[in-house]
Amino acid sequence: MIAIFKLSWYTIVMVNLGNDEIVKYPFLTEAGKYLNDLGFSLEQFGSDPDLKKIVDNAFERIITSSEGRIFKSDPSSNNSALPLEIFSFLIAVILLKLSGMNTLIRRFSLAEARRAEKFLEKDLMNHKDITKAKLSLQILQELFSVTVEKIDEEFTILVSDYLKHSINFHEREWKLINRKVTNGKVHLTPHETVRLVRKELDRHIYTKINSSSTPEMIIGFETYVDKLKQLAKKFEVKTVESKEFPPCIKHAIEVLEKGENLPHSGRFLLATFLLNKGQTVEQIAPLFKNAPDYNPKVTIYQLNQLSGISGTTEYKSPSCEKVKSQNLCFPVPACDTIINPLQFGRKRV
Amino acid sequence: MNGKDVTFLEDTFKKFYFEHFDLLHVPDDPNQREFGYQKFNGGMNRHLSLKSDKELHLLLMQNKPSDVYCSNARYMFPNLPMSEKDWQNAELIFDIDAKDLRKEHPKNNTLIKCSECNEISELGESCPKCNSTKLSFTTLTCDDCIKSTKDEVLKLNKILIDDLGINEENIKIFFSGNEGFHIYVHKSEYESVGSRERAELSDYIMFRGGIPETFGFKKFNTNKSSLPKFDDVGWNGRLAKHLYGTKSNRSKISQEILSGGYALFQKKLEDFRDSIGIKIDPNVTQDIHRIFRLPGSINSKSGLTKIFVEDLKKFDPYIDACFIDDEEIEVAANCPIEFSLKKKKFGPFNNEQVSVPKFAAVYMMCKGVASSV
Repeated sequence: MIAIFKLSWYTIVMVNLGNDEIVKYPFLTEAGKYLNDLGFSLEQFGSDPDLKKIVDNAFERIITSSEGRIFKSDPSSNNSALPLEIFSFLIAVILLKLSGMNTLIRRFSLAEARRAEKFLEKDLMNHKDITKAKLSLQILQELFSVTVEKIDEEFTILVSDYLKHSINFHEREWKLINRKVTNGKVHLTPHETVRLVRKELDRHIYTKINSSSTPEMIIGFETYVDKLKQLAKKFEVKTVESKEFPPCIKHAIEVLEKGENLPHSGRFLLATFLLNKGQTVEQIAPLFKNAPDYNPKVTIYQLNQLSGISGTTEYKSPSCEKVKSQNLCFPVPACDTIINPLQFGRKRV
Repeated sequence: MNGKDVTFLEDTFKKFYFEHFDLLHVPDDPNQREFGYQKFNGGMNRHLSLKSDKELHLLLMQNKPSDVYCSNARYMFPNLPMSEKDWQNAELIFDIDAKDLRKEHPKNNTLIKCSECNEISELGESCPKCNSTKLSFTTLTCDDCIKSTKDEVLKLNKILIDDLGINEENIKIFFSGNEGFHIYVHKSEYESVGSRERAELSDYIMFRGGIPETFGFKKFNTNKSSLPKFDDVGWNGRLAKHLYGTKSNRSKISQEILSGGYALFQKKLEDFRDSIGIKIDPNVTQDIHRIFRLPGSINSKSGLTKIFVEDLKKFDPYIDACFIDDEEIEVAANCPIEFSLKKKKFGPFNNEQVSVPKFAAVYMMCKGVASSV
């Protein structure tokens, strides 16, 4: 028999997973071994009519995720001799790898992360089965290095751990100021605890799919793969960009034009923004000539540093959040949908 | 600064260092730190590695620096360029400076320097000589400024301990050498967090980005009982105390807040930043590659020393951080306002040659209002 999977991307989390758990968190298992033990090869999935249902399921799982929906579990399917949901996840990964469509892999990872999140949350709140609650705490600890403590109905995690995850969110409710914080701990509901690691869960699944090797085309999979390639085209995004500067940049230029002192952070914002937009050091330098402490040599030196001409790093324009925290943000409605000043005026067509 | 002033200050600083090696130490894990120094009229020399107090003292004697710095970060290779240093962790540092606390310059303690004609004069909106508005502001000794800065440090410490769980013993306060304090947090779990996480901590401490829901005000169906209570922990409790003043006011004022509506409360939360947020400099806390003035070294903006503060309440920087001796010195002083050091008042000096103790001469020269004769 051909070795079932050459997928080397499944790391074993040091927890004991039963069939129930593998269905919920298929990305955690040593899947190759799991399936090998059941005695199936990939080729069989392409040729055996009885297994076609699983490939159809896997395809559906991808389609569902591409539409931003979560694949619904059918518990009865997992009680059969073949745990269909585990298979459909693994075959879906193979189909995605064969299609090579990154946009679909991204959507699939996110949907799978959200699916797992639901189970994690339920398990966290499981008062009847302590082992389930413990398992979910263990998953959080081992996969995301988040130590969660349970105090009555609330969960707490260290502020430093919380921040490492929460900085990936742009919604204000995740800011530390909008959390109950005492004695170095952040208090969270089970839902929030799990939601906190969604992006990492997503990234975890995405990285693993991406770093796994792509098998040779399997006979019987061609039609599915072609359909996926077609589907991916739908998600191609084209954008146009206006020439107007965002208000933070306009403000920085105005301050300099008036000969007033623009703080270092404002100068950094202006310079990196214009450099990132493709302007040259020579084009940008004159903007600073009205500054009270203007020194042409220093300005050119610093611009060269920022542009990466002198140093090794080309500096990126700071995010809107950073600009906001530096009191340099003067938002207009068009700023609502962007997270970096460079995105201002960019529209999808 | 002219050559004569530079020589005078270099020699004075060197003498101070020679006599106070006991104040100047490399921090923990010195071989993982980046050091740097500046010379008068010179650029920054950084990416230096010093492994012991001896090497530090040698640098001070050989290079006669105007300012000496050391990273709060630990690196695997501190003397390589930034991108190759391999950042490991960094102590959490907060900077509370009088300039960030005040809405306007203190009238009796500030002088203006015109960027066009170099005229130095008392505080005003334009240069009295050429009417230019391109001005730089210099604050001289200001007791009120130090008092309010100290109050802010105490408020910060309470949040660090109560909210962020930092052990009080690990919080060390230093006078910055000019008009502020640097608060170092040692041995905390925050050492490993990066710049973006530190920005979040800054926002928390500064009370920035709060939404009404956090304080119990929802868009729909809010009632008084969900608004902050006096005994709440964290910002809810602090906001309650600010809003109500006393417990007995809660009912009346919370009703007023509810009647004002969601949008008004949201606006008020932003305004409260100024009144209850701690005024740290967020850039300092967020920058994990910064080099900070080394404790024990002189701040060339003032001639005062950055020094560990044992008892904040009793600490008077204009006495306790002023280490230069009192040998009488002749200087040409152009200092239109009075200042006070070591319990003695000086000035105003109107473009005149005066004899003052060396510590006052150094202070004025560092502030750019006197030169050697």
